[in-house]
Amino acid sequence: MGKKTPLYEKHVTLGARIVPFAGFDMPVYYTSILEEVLLVRRRIGVFDVSHMGEIEVTGKDALEFVNYITTNNVFSLDDYQVQYSTMLYPHGGIVDDLLVYRLPDKVLLVVNAANTDKDFEWIVENKKGDVEIRNRSEEYFQLAVQGPPAEKVMQRIVEKSLSKLPFYWSTFVEIEGKEFLLSRTGYTGEDGFEIYGEAELGKRVWDIVFEAGEDEGIGPAGLGARDTLRLEMKYCLYGNDIDETTTPLEAGLSWVVKMDKGEFIGRDALIKQKEDGIKRKLVCIELEGRNIARHGYKILKGGEEVGYITSGNWSPSVKKSIALGYVNVPHHKSGTEIEVDIRGRSVRGVIVKPPFYKNATHK
Amino acid sequence: MNIPENLKYSEDHEWLKVEGNIGTEGITDYAQHELSDIVYVELPEVGREVSKGETIGTIEAVKTVADLYAVVGGRIVAVNENLKTHPELVNQDPYGEGWMVKIEIADTGEVESLMDASEYKKLIEGA
Repeated sequence: MGKKTPLYEKHVTLGARIVPFAGFDMPVYYTSILEEVLLVRRRIGVFDVSHMGEIEVTGKDALEFVNYITTNNVFSLDDYQVQYSTMLYPHGGIVDDLLVYRLPDKVLLVVNAANTDKDFEWIVENKKGDVEIRNRSEEYFQLAVQGPPAEKVMQRIVEKSLSKLPFYWSTFVEIEGKEFLLSRTGYTGEDGFEIYGEAELGKRVWDIVFEAGEDEGIGPAGLGARDTLRLEMKYCLYGNDIDETTTPLEAGLSWVVKMDKGEFIGRDALIKQKEDGIKRKLVCIELEGRNIARHGYKILKGGEEVGYITSGNWSPSVKKSIALGYVNVPHHKSGTEIEVDIRGRSVRGVIVKPPFYKNATHK
Repeated sequence: MNIPENLKYSEDHEWLKVEGNIGTEGITDYAQHELSDIVYVELPEVGREVSKGETIGTIEAVKTVADLYAVVGGRIVAVNENLKTHPELVNQDPYGEGWMVKIEIADTGEVESLMDASEYKKLIEGA
């Protein structure tokens, strides 16, 4: 038996298929993964993502310290702004990818559930200056409300005008007299919000959100749909597409690496990798037919191995078999025809520009 | 879990409906539920001679991939062409529209070695 999120009983009541994930018992789907993907694309879905880790950094040097352990530029953030970033080992491999929230009195790091303990230890180990680091993961629930009418639905719940909350900004809101952190973020490509609050308030907020979204056809969505939605957008999943053996430059995440911001862990390794030339790139692949390319399958070019698949699935939004994989330079360019070895058979595919799904509504 | 009385079952969660010397095969309600979200069913060539236990197809689901085995030996006389474009029929109607292959049974004795509904029910309840 794994840990349970504050919403666990809701999932059981809804008849979810529960699977162990990152040490938690999590809903992988309620009715069907494919239907829940389309629910989020066309209507609106709610995900329990309370398993995500929340690590708080406070103290006089909090910004400077987070800037040192992450690759994006924390000093470019205003209060309440959010940024996607990565945290690296000195050799340039990725410890985790994360969201960095700059709040007036602290920096909040939202990290992958499977990495929370590892990340916390890593951060503490590299502590510098006047900072305090706390793992608050167990104290919070987190919901993601995702879909084209997300603003309309959430506006029924909170007083603050959400039309003024841009993508990757956050604010504190009041719901039934309690305070919650609300950000316009998500992992689906659709417009949407993530809500953080005290664990014991999770169930009440879940009910309030469902009531507010009833007219829009709101429904629960599980981790299975979340995985396909993020894949359709080429959002990386730690453990699949990125890990300690891959660098952000290889993964196409150089947009969250600010080499000129000053010293940060992993910087020297990335500078060296850039000088030596990037040897492989994470690319988007569309396959012929309906077979699924799964993690670890070989990518071939003219029969020769040129890379491997990191994630793959059937995309109900573009109705194609899609995959991500590392391909050796110079075979990585979009338009390049490749093959994927699917259990001994070569299936043809082509490298395409991200994202797979081009009609997402994120702001 | 739906387990029709008139069918025979394999330990790999296939069902067989016998009419004369023709057996219609598919996967059980339990199997489709375990796999969930089937997106592709790869079926054998019509005319192929197969033996009991031979891999005759592949079932791709969002979460995993599974093999389809011949539950009896014989000749493949038909495959469900509808599944090419509508693999979801296996999830929606595993014992009906979601059938997979028809086999001209070589040895009806092999049918006897399959489980009946009550035996299959015990198998999945023990799972």
